[in-house]
Amino acid sequence: MRHGRYPFIIGFLAVPVALYVTFVVAAYIQTFQLSLTSWSGLGPIKYIGLDNFTKLWHDNLFWSSLRHNLVLLILLPLITILIALVFAFLLNVGGGARGGVQRGVWGSKFYRVIFFFPQLLALAIVAVIFGRVFSSDESGLLNGLLPGEPVLWLADQRFALACILAVLVWQAVGFYVVLFSAGMGSIPNEIYEAAALDGATRITLFFRVTVPLLWSTIQVAWVYLGIAAFDAFALVNIMSVDRGGPDGATSVISLMIYRNAFDYSQAGYASALGVVLFFLTLTFAALTLRVTRRDAVEM
Amino acid sequence: MTNATSTRPPATQHRAASAGPGKAPGAKREIRALSGLAHVSLVVWALATAGPLIWVVLASFKSNTEIFLGQPFALPQHFSFATYVNAWDEAHVGRYFLNSVFVVLVSTAGTMLFGSMAAYVLARYRFFGNRFIYYMFVSGLAFPTFMALVPLFFILKGFGLINTFTGLILVYIAYSLPFTVFFLAAFFKTLPNEIAEAATMDGASHTRQFFQIMLPMARSGLVSITIFNIVGQWNQYLLPVAIMQGQGADSKWVLTQGIANISVSAGYHAEWSTLFAALTLAILPMIVMYAIFQRQIQSGLTAGAVK
Repeated sequence: MRHGRYPFIIGFLAVPVALYVTFVVAAYIQTFQLSLTSWSGLGPIKYIGLDNFTKLWHDNLFWSSLRHNLVLLILLPLITILIALVFAFLLNVGGGARGGVQRGVWGSKFYRVIFFFPQLLALAIVAVIFGRVFSSDESGLLNGLLPGEPVLWLADQRFALACILAVLVWQAVGFYVVLFSAGMGSIPNEIYEAAALDGATRITLFFRVTVPLLWSTIQVAWVYLGIAAFDAFALVNIMSVDRGGPDGATSVISLMIYRNAFDYSQAGYASALGVVLFFLTLTFAALTLRVTRRDAVEM
Repeated sequence: MTNATSTRPPATQHRAASAGPGKAPGAKREIRALSGLAHVSLVVWALATAGPLIWVVLASFKSNTEIFLGQPFALPQHFSFATYVNAWDEAHVGRYFLNSVFVVLVSTAGTMLFGSMAAYVLARYRFFGNRFIYYMFVSGLAFPTFMALVPLFFILKGFGLINTFTGLILVYIAYSLPFTVFFLAAFFKTLPNEIAEAATMDGASHTRQFFQIMLPMARSGLVSITIFNIVGQWNQYLLPVAIMQGQGADSKWVLTQGIANISVSAGYHAEWSTLFAALTLAILPMIVMYAIFQRQIQSGLTAGAVK
């Protein structure tokens, strides 16, 4: 059945490759080209060299947005992975051994279902919900529960970014509990048994057995959460006061790209931000791979 | 509900209990205190997860005055579905909902068809340029979508596809291909060769082999990645916000975009209960779907990360 091989291959690849090249590859490449122009989105395209990047260098909002992205980049994975690891451990191993098999605490199945649910909700819907949860008057869930004067939450520069971070963590934890649970499920029970015979407490089991054996999954989680931390667009655009406020306290690079492109008609400048984001993502990926490189434990 | 307030006292009790055994180590007591803490932390997180959602449903039945009373988990004075009718008709949630269903149905179908075709060829046939095309697809996994947002908008504009379902669907498919191809290529590679060879002997064409033999054999992988794509595309916000704009765009908005917009305008009209009803309408189908397909959804969404 040799004949018809190439027509078949071309026939099967033509549409997907065409779609992908047109809307993804071409778009990514044009970002670099547009970043060198002062294009507004209409009219002729004028090249201005690296002017956009010089402008970025002196743009205070850019630096504070970058700082917010970095804060999220460090804290989101750290907090989410920590909470998720502890919960996954409790749900899979924390109940101690019964009949030689490590078990989760009572109600594990129920918790896993509940925790995971937020993952199914669009971040935009979650943002609308939490915009109301953090409402600065008595109508907000938090201010309704807490006694005393209402807290401004999103309208307060000190809390606004922390609120955004909290929502990201709220949504993500369940997914990573399930992800880590799957990883823990593949750790052979004998390892836990042997460790338990040697008198290891559950805390020792956690740090000496579970975490090292799960290292590659944790690494994947770190990368996923890092990418999520570079985004946060839906949350900031919907939840924050004044889109990125108060006074730029929650602005992130994705929001700057969107606003420059569609609110201020600065397609060139927005593309320059896109290029910066490209290099940030590359650096992040390279750093994660280097930092988390560790000899995989053979099982 | 009332649980949200009642968890606090036990939390402090358990913390106090665990401080004691820490100083005088006794394995039994330590374990009991730890289990206590463990259970409390799990209950607290479960309440923190479910709390806001229950609150949204409760508030959807309340009047504006009730919402501002500062008793978030109090039951509404009377249950009326008027806010829901409002949200569905006047706030157009019904339309946004159907738009979302339509777009996601077509684009997920397209993603699965084109994604599995590309993945199959890339995984099982050797030809010049195979690796190049494969890595071109996979490299799309590494970069955030909004990096390409500006040119994407103008590319679509060039084709006259801004503010059209066709444009949105094509973009959804294109941006879902990297992961779909990556995942399915790995999957098709694991399928046994013997059956394909036997089919070739019997004279089945390449196309027939794909549709009648390989696709059915890859069913479990296809199910996982379909769920992954449905959830991902249903939850998209950035792409529709960037693409569905211009004159008369609001009749073509998808659910996420529509509800986000209601939340902005609710600030001016102060029709909070309509917003809460709209949110409930967006959440409920997910709860129902999750209740039915819980296992498949969890494995479908996490499958990609583990492999």
